Amino acid sequence: MSSPFRADPPSLPAGRGRGWVRLRKKRRSPFPSPSPRRGEGRERGFGVCDLSPAAEPPHPDPLPLGERGKGAGPSGTAVRRYGPIVALLLIPLLLAACHRETRDYKSDALKASDRGAAFEGNAFHIAQGQRLFGWMNCAGCHSHGGGGMGPPLMDDEWRYGGSMGEIAATILDGRPNGMPSFRSRITEDQAWQLAAFVRALSAQPRQDVLPSRGDEPRNTEPMTLDERKPIRPATPKQDDSSEE
Amino acid sequence: MSWLDTFQSAAGNDGQQSALVSELFAIFLAVTALFFVAVMIFLIWAILRRRRGEGESREPALRRLLVGWVGLISLTLAGLTLATWLYDRGLARAAATPALEIEVTANQWWWDVRYADDDANWIFRTANELHLPAGVPAHITLRSNDVIHSFWVPNLAGKQDMIPGREADISIRPLRRGVYRAQCAEFCGLQHARMALDVTVESPADFIAWRAAALKPAAAPVGGSAQAGQAIVTGRQCASCHSIAGTPASGQVAPDLTHFASRRTIAAGTLPMSRANIAAWIADPQAVKPGNNMPKVPLTPAELAAVTAYLETLK
Repeated sequence: MSSPFRADPPSLPAGRGRGWVRLRKKRRSPFPSPSPRRGEGRERGFGVCDLSPAAEPPHPDPLPLGERGKGAGPSGTAVRRYGPIVALLLIPLLLAACHRETRDYKSDALKASDRGAAFEGNAFHIAQGQRLFGWMNCAGCHSHGGGGMGPPLMDDEWRYGGSMGEIAATILDGRPNGMPSFRSRITEDQAWQLAAFVRALSAQPRQDVLPSRGDEPRNTEPMTLDERKPIRPATPKQDDSSEE
Repeated sequence: MSWLDTFQSAAGNDGQQSALVSELFAIFLAVTALFFVAVMIFLIWAILRRRRGEGESREPALRRLLVGWVGLISLTLAGLTLATWLYDRGLARAAATPALEIEVTANQWWWDVRYADDDANWIFRTANELHLPAGVPAHITLRSNDVIHSFWVPNLAGKQDMIPGREADISIRPLRRGVYRAQCAEFCGLQHARMALDVTVESPADFIAWRAAALKPAAAPVGGSAQAGQAIVTGRQCASCHSIAGTPASGQVAPDLTHFASRRTIAAGTLPMSRANIAAWIADPQAVKPGNNMPKVPLTPAELAAVTAYLETLK
């Protein structure tokens, strides 16, 4: 798994801890230590959040208290010298991140030349799709993506196509074997919003527009950490009674 | 009375709760004003009696005065604390015997109001309006469906936050009849300012009459245009979210429209109720209240006129 939540705690080479590790050395960790003795049947820890003493390398010389504000050696002066410049350079980066929050209330995406990309590339539309997924009771058949009476939506298998256009058509006009038409139930842009969320269930949209948190409790990883699944046509069924 | 004539006052005496809080506020104001005047007198006195020339003058009388002053402040603060506690108990007592159970659920950006009762025949839903009988203590259960909101009827009682996943409650015993504007008091998104709730306090007899009307299903429309409008509302997108008692429209995620036209405003206090405003709202909800969850349903002008005609009949 490539997820950072499953990874083992980072191990720093002994004696070369960074400043913040050194400063925290003497404090009590707020997290319980996953295993009392190092290297002995250690279970998986808290990953990147693990600051417990067991995860830290032993360090012989903690920084004296008086040195704290002065920075650790030459890097401190570098921060003072280049800090404002770096902060200034970071502003465009911050503003670029705001793009993720752009809201398209008037559904200009419906008029875009590439409608699918316009809806799928917008966090607002995906979030609205998630809302509609609950309101229109999609979970009644598809569960929260895992499938039930209807096929699962978070896997790599698509019976009627996995592109934005195909999913929107499936929602608006229905498909054989049970999918009802929603054309007179929701508006066209709502169908596209739903399609964007359905694709988000298998991590198809860009990672920065995916919702990090679902509206429903779920035991899967956050969508932002999910791996983008390939899109495959459904395999021909051997047994008609099987759920797939 | 125009829809703008309603007033809000956090220092009002229109409810038992707000009257108690106003009383407590008056006590605090009087006590602190007295002390302010005393401090100013001492200050002026000290400036007039300022030391002239050299030499040190120690006055034991001044020392005694200072000790007494500190004692007086401590005693007064203790008294104010006691008064706060007593008034808080008074607020709790006022809520002890509710005669009316109401559930209010906040949404972005409207209020879902449900009059609860042990007998299912007396349960009904409405939206963005609250009717209360004067002199009767009402117990209101507060919930939120999406983000943190806050329920606030300034004239009648204090604020109470509505946190998603949690249940809060507030008790209100209105004393004076009138129409009061309640609002969301916790920033909840783009249209936070347009999340108002009309609170009508009326005589118990009027309230019973209003409840009897609210319990009835919507009357069947008379006339070709209104009938065509009903067919559109119940057969098209509207019915997926809105419910109208007595028709197939039974969506649960948007305001109940059973007696829509009897309300004073559209969209949680955004527009006054009128034929033109109903049409404007349906024609493009995002132009009137950007960001709200009502989509622009594609309708021809004739369909829009029919839907407006039908909604107007929902008195």
